[in-house]
Amino acid sequence: MDKIPILKMGEFLLVTIQVDLYDRLALALENDLINMVSKTEARGVLIDISAVSIVDSFMGRILGNIASMSKIMDAETVVVGMQPAVAITLVELGLTLTGVYTALDVEKGMELLRSKIGYLPLDEENLYDDLN
Amino acid sequence: MMTLTKEKLTILREPDVIFFRNKAKEYAVKIGMSLVGQTKLITAASELVRNMLRYANGGEAILEIVVRNNIKGVRLTFADKGPGIKDVKQAMQDGFSTGKSLGLGLPGAKRLSNEFDLKSEVGKGTTVTIIRWKNGL
Ligand SMILES: Nc1ncnc2c1ncn2[C@@H]1O[C@H](COP(=O)(O)OP(=O)(O)OP(=O)(O)O)[C@@H](O)[C@H]1O
Ligand SMILES: [Mg+2]
Repeated sequence: MDKIPILKMGEFLLVTIQVDLYDRLALALENDLINMVSKTEARGVLIDISAVSIVDSFMGRILGNIASMSKIMDAETVVVGMQPAVAITLVELGLTLTGVYTALDVEKGMELLRSKIGYLPLDEENLYDDLN
Repeated sequence: MMTLTKEKLTILREPDVIFFRNKAKEYAVKIGMSLVGQTKLITAASELVRNMLRYANGGEAILEIVVRNNIKGVRLTFADKGPGIKDVKQAMQDGFSTGKSLGLGLPGAKRLSNEFDLKSEVGKGTTVTIIRWKNGL
């Protein structure tokens, strides 16, 4: 069976969804992510859906599940890169992604995650000073 | 109303959902529907196909390109021989579900379509028809 790779980036996990998920793949991802959060003690999960052209109530529920399960394990979830057409459609469908934060792209998502878990952005100038 | 193209697909398993969605998208692209329109159409289609699989163990999905007053649209029909819906008015309400779900599929699909029609008879089955016009809002 296909699998969606989960990347570990420091304290965060990054998932890039490249295809429209069929149900079994989506459920497997939900499972894998929860296991990874618990194993790595990640503080945040970033889900990049910029390549996803449809989010229906099933997919929305999966995203919501991931967020609420992660929350129990002390990790926040940010969905990044939702296409405008998908966002408009979700509103009309009536689906609210409870507990899911959204950001424009992975970078903004990382910033949001850092602020959520109480991290200040890395101050590069200070870092440079320290090195001197 | 006139039908230009028509195709019938049998929906029996979960992978058929994505196959059908892709087909519906093809039809929408063919008539020049906007990206938002396409997305609304396939999202509605996805909800209705899922319902058919979940509550009626599958059924038939028909794709059509139709014309009315010189305007093209995509009409999708979902017909099953499942248990039918006892109280259609109730089923059309946001949040009503006998499947312990969100109860968004039917009312959401209606909002996402320009035209929506549901006929159901207990013990006989359910048929849902939706249309999205090329320039529909
Ligand atoms: N094809 C069908 N045959 C029989 N009953 C159906 C059919 N489609 C919908 N229903 C009934 O109507 C109810 C509402 O459907 P709707 O799609 O709005 O919500 P849901 O499927 O329960 O939840 P969601 O779609 O949000 O996951 C269902 O719970 C089911 O009882
Ligand atoms: Mg449904």
